[in-house]
Amino acid sequence: MKLLREVCVVAGKDLRSEFRTKECLNAALSFAIVILVLFSFAVDPSSEQIREMSGGLLWLAFAFAGALILNQSFARELPNDCLDALVASPVSAAALFLGKAAANWLLLMIVELVCLPVFGVLYNMSWLGQWPLLLLVFLLASWGVTVIGTMFSALTVNLRLRELMLPTLIYPMMIPALMAAMQLTTVLIATSGVPPEDWIWVRLLVGFDIIFTSLAIALAEVVLLG
Amino acid sequence: MTAVQANNLWKYYGDYPALRQISFQLETGQCLALLGRNGAGKTTLLRILAGLSRPQQGILRVLGRESRDPNSRASIGILGHGIALYEELSALENLKLFASLYGVADPEDRARRWLERTGLDTVSDSLVREFSRGMRQRLAIARAFLHEPVLLLLDEPFTSLDDRAIKLLQGLLGEALARRSTVILSTHQLREAMELSTHVALLHRGQLTFYGERPAEMLSDPTWLYRTHGES
Repeated sequence: MKLLREVCVVAGKDLRSEFRTKECLNAALSFAIVILVLFSFAVDPSSEQIREMSGGLLWLAFAFAGALILNQSFARELPNDCLDALVASPVSAAALFLGKAAANWLLLMIVELVCLPVFGVLYNMSWLGQWPLLLLVFLLASWGVTVIGTMFSALTVNLRLRELMLPTLIYPMMIPALMAAMQLTTVLIATSGVPPEDWIWVRLLVGFDIIFTSLAIALAEVVLLG
Repeated sequence: MTAVQANNLWKYYGDYPALRQISFQLETGQCLALLGRNGAGKTTLLRILAGLSRPQQGILRVLGRESRDPNSRASIGILGHGIALYEELSALENLKLFASLYGVADPEDRARRWLERTGLDTVSDSLVREFSRGMRQRLAIARAFLHEPVLLLLDEPFTSLDDRAIKLLQGLLGEALARRSTVILSTHQLREAMELSTHVALLHRGQLTFYGERPAEMLSDPTWLYRTHGES
């Protein structure tokens, strides 16, 4: 209960700061939409081919836009030495990490949920019939992306080239989650449901989330204190 | 009761020993002035005491526990170089946040009381980024004191404070010591420090060259310790 309260306090603080400035949200949303628009010029939006690469296209846009949100997660603690005050408080490193990850997760979900209708319009695709499963895939994959991104955001926060280092480090780690998300999103948009052989990707996402969340919680104290 | 017990602490930055063989013991209700030139290791030692950094060697007990123990951290108040306040949050939101992080029972009530105490109650809903330097300093002082810490770690607290903030901080430190809280402050402002301190430690290149009760000579001549135990 104490952990949950601390997680909510940290997440609430990050979300309040972000909604007040909208720095990351505006940047991530604009970037994701620009990627979708540019791709619509590069390929024929009405072709069958685009249906088969819809998951890849969407998740590339989400991954790139997500890096903008994740980069700021710990960087926003640097002015005025706020990170020191957080780490010195009695809040556990795990709660601090989970609170930040939860805020990033929500922000990434907002970007995804805004981009999905834009994608539907630009590429003439209907995804409404599969929205509950699509939402599940988005929730699971976004958590996987967020949990790795938040951990590496803490690791790279004091690096001079952190804007470059973070994506370089996190994308290779995200490959299993991104592959599963791309495959499942494509299947859900192109067909009427998830065939039995593709449920392995859902299990992979769940396993990925559990493993990396546990690892991140276990390593949070070491990452924050060095 | 012992507030801080440090035994043979060593801290390296790369190969450079920032702290060497630091050992001292401070009882509750005592006030230690941590003196030394720039780069002597004062901030490093305070960061270790605050649980923000780990020594590579040695044993440290803060309020009878490990320094990273959540119960120890809940009882420590820190005022560092940065004000540790969020620019995009209001004064009230900042104090409520830290009161919540420290598990204060009614964060809003406590935050409002401290805003009143620091004379910031009329601007409680204004964002910190709109505050003047003096207002930020007073808010930072409120942030450090609002959970009623029993150990206060202050890193050059009087530097760049305006008169009002100095008076506020001195009053709060006096009250804290009267409650038998323990205070450790690093400072270059020797006169202010000597008025408060019961003990003095002099750090020179990471080593304690003097630790003990405040010498009587320092009241009339604050630089006495530097001349007798430090570099000239």
